[in-house]
Amino acid sequence: MDQFKGASLDCLRSTRPVFRGLDFDLPAGGALVLTGPNGSGKSSLLRLMAGLLPPAGGMLTWNGEPVAEDPDAHRARLAYLGHLDAVKPALTAAENLAFWAQLEGADPATAVGPALDALAIGHLADLPARFLSAGQKRRLNLARLGLGKAVLWLLDEPATALDVETIGRLCDLIQRHRDGGGMVAVSTHSDLDLKDAVNLDLGQYTVSAARAAAEETAA
Amino acid sequence: MTGFRAILERDLRLALRQGMDSVMVVMFFVIAVVLFPLGVGPEPNTLARIAPGVLWVAALLSVLLSLERLFHNDFEDGSLELMALSPPSLEIVVLAKVLAHWLVTGLPLIIAAPVLAILMNMPADGFALLILALLLGTPALSLIGAVGAALVLGSRRGGVLLALLILPLFIPVLIFGVGAVEAAIGGFPARAPLLLLGAIFAATLALCPWGAAAGLRQALE
Repeated sequence: MDQFKGASLDCLRSTRPVFRGLDFDLPAGGALVLTGPNGSGKSSLLRLMAGLLPPAGGMLTWNGEPVAEDPDAHRARLAYLGHLDAVKPALTAAENLAFWAQLEGADPATAVGPALDALAIGHLADLPARFLSAGQKRRLNLARLGLGKAVLWLLDEPATALDVETIGRLCDLIQRHRDGGGMVAVSTHSDLDLKDAVNLDLGQYTVSAARAAAEETAA
Repeated sequence: MTGFRAILERDLRLALRQGMDSVMVVMFFVIAVVLFPLGVGPEPNTLARIAPGVLWVAALLSVLLSLERLFHNDFEDGSLELMALSPPSLEIVVLAKVLAHWLVTGLPLIIAAPVLAILMNMPADGFALLILALLLGTPALSLIGAVGAALVLGSRRGGVLLALLILPLFIPVLIFGVGAVEAAIGGFPARAPLLLLGAIFAATLALCPWGAAAGLRQALE
């Protein structure tokens, strides 16, 4: 059984500390919901988990092995969804998705159709992406999750711009992924209905500006 | 390898649909070269003497003009982030994007160069060497430029900064590129400058993807 763990993680944005001494434990089939006020480091933690941002302290491990030792393997097992939708307006919805399928090593001919249908945008497949609405672009970005064999989903505010019905679909998608042994870490402000999710409140790890300044003068 | 092909195909398709980049770079190249007969005067011998240098400098500036956009769009819309997290390594991503960039901007320059050489009254002995030298030199320019484009990513006024960073590094390519063409025109063997151009190309091919990938990682943090 896979296990993704972080131990006493510190995060710095340039010289400003964001959070300190953060621990999390994500077992196979598990869901981690990141909450906390704006600026508490939800996005930073997800970028840290993805390997885009190196931790200033602490360690990420996958089944006990440090993630930093084999970044190639880590990239192969994760799917990341950020604030930006990475949709090329000049390509059709299906072409956009086919590109990500090829990068993931999936066969676009068989993977793209079902992935679009899972988010109910199959009818938009041949439409140039510049005609899609913000919500539809978001759905197209979410459809990437259905392409590959990624075990670890890192979702940064996935429910932004989505209607209620699609949020339900997203929850189903996440549930199916977890039933298959997948794991998900998701930051959210709106309530996603996830069964047995562990809540991680980043507010309690936040380094307040006053404390940071005090430590700096002490050092 | 499938990742490399996927990125190459996507970038070429995007360039084809949007179409502007390639046309603009060639137009800039043509206009920059056409300015010289107007500025220096139409005296054929003067033009013939400066032709190799003018063509190379104009090619250099045209490549520079297009470099800023190499990673910029993908960075802005989040695609670069996702490519960096996809299974192919970032070095492969850089190589694929540079190859696409060269096919879209470098190759049209090489096709336009002989026509402009006629306009500049360049002796016909130099034509073959001009094309050969550009074939070896422009990919090196794209590769060197990729490092610069990665480094200035996310900074304001990136274009000016890019020019200051990259133009000095273009100088060796310029010297040996012009050297090869002038040697051919003067009836000397052009082997040595061509070999040096080849060496520059080989070195940039080996080193620049790493440098550019490191720059991109920094920009994505």
